[in-house]
Order: sequence, then structure tokens, then C-alpha cells
Amino acid sequence: MRIAPTFNVAYRALRRNKMRSVLTALGIIIGVGAVIAMVGIGNGAKAQVEAQIASLGQNVILIFSGSTTSSGIRTGWGGAGTLKIEDAEAIRREVPGVIGVSAEVVSTTQVAAGNQNWFTRIFGESADYFDIRQWPLSDGAPFTPQDVRSANKVCVIGRTTATQIYGNENPIGQILRIKNVPFTILGVLTPKGLSPQGVDQDDIVVMPYTSAMKRVSGGTTLRNINVQIGDPGQIAAAQQQIISLLRQRHNIRPGRDDDFTVRTQEEIAEAATATSRVMTVLLGAIAGVSLVVGGIGIMNIMLVSVTERTREIGVRMAVGARGNDILTQFLIEAVTLSSVGGLIGIVCGIGASALLSTYAHWPTLISIGSIAIAFLFSAAVGIFFGFYPARKAAALDPIEALRYE
Amino acid sequence: MKNGSLVKLIDVHKIYRTGEMEVPAVRGVSLEIKRGEFLALMGASGSGKSTLMNILGCLDRPTSGSYFLDNADVSGLDRDQLADIRNRKIGFVFQSFNLLPRTSARENAELPLVYSTQRLSHAQLRERADRVLASVGLAGREDHPPSQLSGGQQQRVAIARALINDPEVLLADEPTGNLDSRTSVEIMAIFQQLNERGITIIMVTHEQDIAAYAQRNVVMRDGVVVDDRVVPQRSDAATQLEQPLPSTL
Repeated sequence: MRIAPTFNVAYRALRRNKMRSVLTALGIIIGVGAVIAMVGIGNGAKAQVEAQIASLGQNVILIFSGSTTSSGIRTGWGGAGTLKIEDAEAIRREVPGVIGVSAEVVSTTQVAAGNQNWFTRIFGESADYFDIRQWPLSDGAPFTPQDVRSANKVCVIGRTTATQIYGNENPIGQILRIKNVPFTILGVLTPKGLSPQGVDQDDIVVMPYTSAMKRVSGGTTLRNINVQIGDPGQIAAAQQQIISLLRQRHNIRPGRDDDFTVRTQEEIAEAATATSRVMTVLLGAIAGVSLVVGGIGIMNIMLVSVTERTREIGVRMAVGARGNDILTQFLIEAVTLSSVGGLIGIVCGIGASALLSTYAHWPTLISIGSIAIAFLFSAAVGIFFGFYPARKAAALDPIEALRYE
Repeated sequence: MKNGSLVKLIDVHKIYRTGEMEVPAVRGVSLEIKRGEFLALMGASGSGKSTLMNILGCLDRPTSGSYFLDNADVSGLDRDQLADIRNRKIGFVFQSFNLLPRTSARENAELPLVYSTQRLSHAQLRERADRVLASVGLAGREDHPPSQLSGGQQQRVAIARALINDPEVLLADEPTGNLDSRTSVEIMAIFQQLNERGITIIMVTHEQDIAAYAQRNVVMRDGVVVDDRVVPQRSDAATQLEQPLPSTL
């Protein structure tokens, strides 16, 4: 059997009933377009979450203090204050692959300058903090390890804090009063936007953790320690080493629970992207249903076509077409319908995604993979739903078919 | 087989089953047709001639008995094997032409080659179709679809299609049934011409005067052959066409 003429026959059969072919293909166009657009929306949301996770920094391990129970009230992670400055120093010293460590204390308080004041979060950090979180300053300079050692009264502020207190004025070199202690503003951080939890990350004052402990919060323990690892391949090993190091330092006997929690960035990302992954699958599945409905449309039209062309099938059989030749012919017709519909659907899907991200400001992300899968799936729909009508055509009796009116 | 026997039927039966009923359509036909014969198969409707034609054309299998075509037993072949035999050895001409609509005469004539095992280039295909169309007097009409051709011209396209694979036998089922008398004679002229070139023709007809163009008439009734004779006074279509009015028809 010659394949090229068969394609020609399929093409001509489809062209003969232009309107019918277009409407049938429309089912697939909508199906594939919907799959592309929906998966694009899902992936876009996932990518956005991932970008937010990446704003935590690269190859970061977070260590939180354990919780404590006081009069039956459990405080949650960080409440127990089990992490000490010495722990952070030990991690820097003893865990291989560590390129940055930042001890972190966090409190919230009212800050003031001139006649303005603002309630914000105070982060006490090591000088490594800005590198670990990949958070450069847009103006001025960060504080130095020397500032940390001396617990100097210096700080850098986030964009939101700067705008709220100083408006359009340049805050660098100005004095910010925190709990009546005057801090000199060294710099302003570049805006980072919302965290995955929806917190404004730019509403912040960052100062040396020593200054924060001594002059603002008054505590002696850390809320958490941020550790940065140089080689991503070493993260898992470093996580284990940090756990055993801290257990040893905190004298935790085997069998007892840790009084701290170690999370890698990957684990945090995993949890945060799980939702958007579920959403992507759900959206794709709903769109997939419309693709299946499109396939049923193809089956319907192919059945009509087989009935209409019964005599033609009879003639072809009389001149020597085998059952398989007829089967192939109708299958090619069905697959042509579905894959041409698929191609147009891909274009429509990409267009719909572009419109959504332009006008609705939804982040969308279309991958080559999802395009390829949508196309292959549409071709598979053609084969699946074209097979029954094609087999029906192939099984016709030539004598009956020739006599069919 | 010796003497160039092309078709040999030995005690062929065909019984149709409709529910509980068994309807015998062909009840023991033995027939031998030599290479180069022009045979008319006649009989009233229900005589079994169409059923026999379907068996001869390898569209159907006999319930019992043997069918040798070109020395090979084809009575036990399966669907696909029969399709190959039809493609290589048999050319069909139907009463209602059965051309593909909206398809040019050339492509209609090429159709059997699409299912052929020979691999021809597009140019070869075209060349062969044009040659066979010219041989039935359709030079210059290769690109016309059936809707732009007269009944006689359509039947010629069908004849060209039947001839394109150089078949062993041309089977014509009431080839003039849908044509006026003048055109019928034209088609018979083509048949006689082809027959003179050595092509074996088996033609089903119920019209006595059409059967008169054949060399041999086989008459069936109730599923058996009741008469088998050489046509005594054969009509010559070419001569009749020279006369202004086909008054003999």
C-alpha cells in the first residue's frame, strides 16, 4: 500500500466536507488549547513559588530552635532558645562545605525617626546574611564583621521601612531610634517582594545580631541559624553533620528527640510547590476531559464518513484494497483531523496563556514538554477514537458495500 | 492448464443462510473458460448469475466446489489473499460505474495501482493511466471528474481502471445497464476490440442483444447452467457504429 496517495485521499476527503472537518477539529483545538493554557497557568504558579523560595538564598540550610513548654503552653519552633551563638560558630568551624553562617534573632518593635514611627521587624544577623540570602543593597553599605563583634549601633533597612519613615528622603546616614537606642542607617536593601507566605520581606530592619541581642531584644539565644553550602551536592551530608554536631553539643542522648529542627531549602520548596503541583494536575485533568470529548467528536464524524463512503470502500476493496489498507486510510484521516487540531490548539493555548498573563497578570509558563505531550496526546486521541470507525470500514463485505445505496 | 484454460469451476455451490433458512443461490455449476474468450453470462434476476459473478470475481467464496483461476485454486483463500488476486488478475466494470466522485479520470484509473505490490513512481503511474485512458478513447479528458463526463465516458474510465493492472480477466456486471443504446454499442465496441487483443471478458447481462456481442453465451436458471452455446450470429459493434442509426437495438 502506498502511503503518499493515502494521505492525499485523507486530505481530499477532509476538504470535501470543510465545515464538518473544521468543527470536528475544533473539539480537539479547544481541548489541546485548554490543556496548554491550564498547565501553563499551573506551571506559572509553581515557578512563581519556586522563585520566592529561591529568594531565601542558594543552597541554604535553616536550623530552628526547638519548642518549649511553659505552664502547658507550647511555644512552637524557635521558642525554646536552644540555639546559641557558639552553635553557629561550631557549625562554621566543623561542618565541611559551609561557606556562610548567619545567626539570626528576630523581634518586632516600634522604630522612630523625627516625627515618623513605624512598627516593623528587627532582624539581628551576621555579616554573611546578605550573601546567604543573595540580598544586595541598593544604596550604601552593609555592616561588617567588625560591627558584629563590637555590637555597633548600625543597621540597614528594607525598602518598605525606608519609604514609610523617610518618604523620598535619603535615609543613609540618618539616625533611627529603636527602643530609644539611636542606630545609624548604613544602607537600604534592594526590594525583594513578598515571601511565599505573603509577608512583605522589605518591611525590615537588619542589624548585627550582637546589637539586636544586647540593645533590642535582650535575649541570649538565637531563633535560627542560616547556613549556606558551597556545593549543592554536599547539602544532604552537611545536614546530617549539623544534626549530629548539634546533638552532641546539646548533650542529647540517643533515642531522644532533637531540640532543634534542620530544614534544607529543598524541603521548604517541596512543601510550598506541592499545592501548585496539585493545581497543575487538576487543571490539566479538567482540560484533558475536553480533549476526550473532542475525540468522541472525531469518532462520531468518522462513523458518519464510513457510512457515507461505503460504496467507495466497496470499490477500493474490489480493485484490491486489503482490510488493512482501508483501516490505514481512515485512521490517517482521523489522526490528520486530531493532529492538525492539536497543532492549531497549541497555537491557541499559547495565545490564551499570553493573554492571561498580559491582562489578568497571571504568571504562565509554557514548556516544550507540555506542548509535546499535548500534541502526542491529540494524535493518540485520533488513533484511539479513529480506530473503531476504521475497523468498521475495514470489516465491510465488498459485495454489500458495492451494493450500498 | 493445457489449452489455456483460465477459469475452471468444478461443482460450485453457494448457499446463503438467513436465520434458519438456507437459500441456495448456485447449485452445482461446472464451467471452463479459455483464455481469450468473450463470454456472456445470462439469466433472469434470481437465477444465480450475480452470485456466480461474485465468486468468479473473488469477491465471494463458494460454499463448496473448487474454483481454479489461472491454474491456482482460489476457493480456499482468505480475505487478504482474495484482495491480492482481485488486484493482480481481475478487472471489474460495474453497471453503475462506481467511480470515486470528485476525483479525476486519471486518478480513478490509477486506483488499483495504489493497492498494487509494484512500486511505480508518480510519473510512471500517470503515464500508465494516461495510456490506458487513451486506449479507451478518453485522451484529453484525464483531468475531468466523473461529474463532468457522460455516462459512456464514465464507463470508459471504469474500463480503463479495470485494465490498468493488465488483468487476466475483465468482469463486467451489466456494463450497459445504465446506458442508452448508442452508448451501449460504443462500450461493446471497446469490449470487442479488447477481446481481439486477447483479453478474456466475462460479462453478466440479461439483454439478449448485448449478449450477442459475445462469442459464447451461458444461461443460468435457478442456480444451474441451463444453456451454454457459441453465439451463431455475432453482432459487430464497430460496423453498427458506422451506421447513422443503431436501428438494430
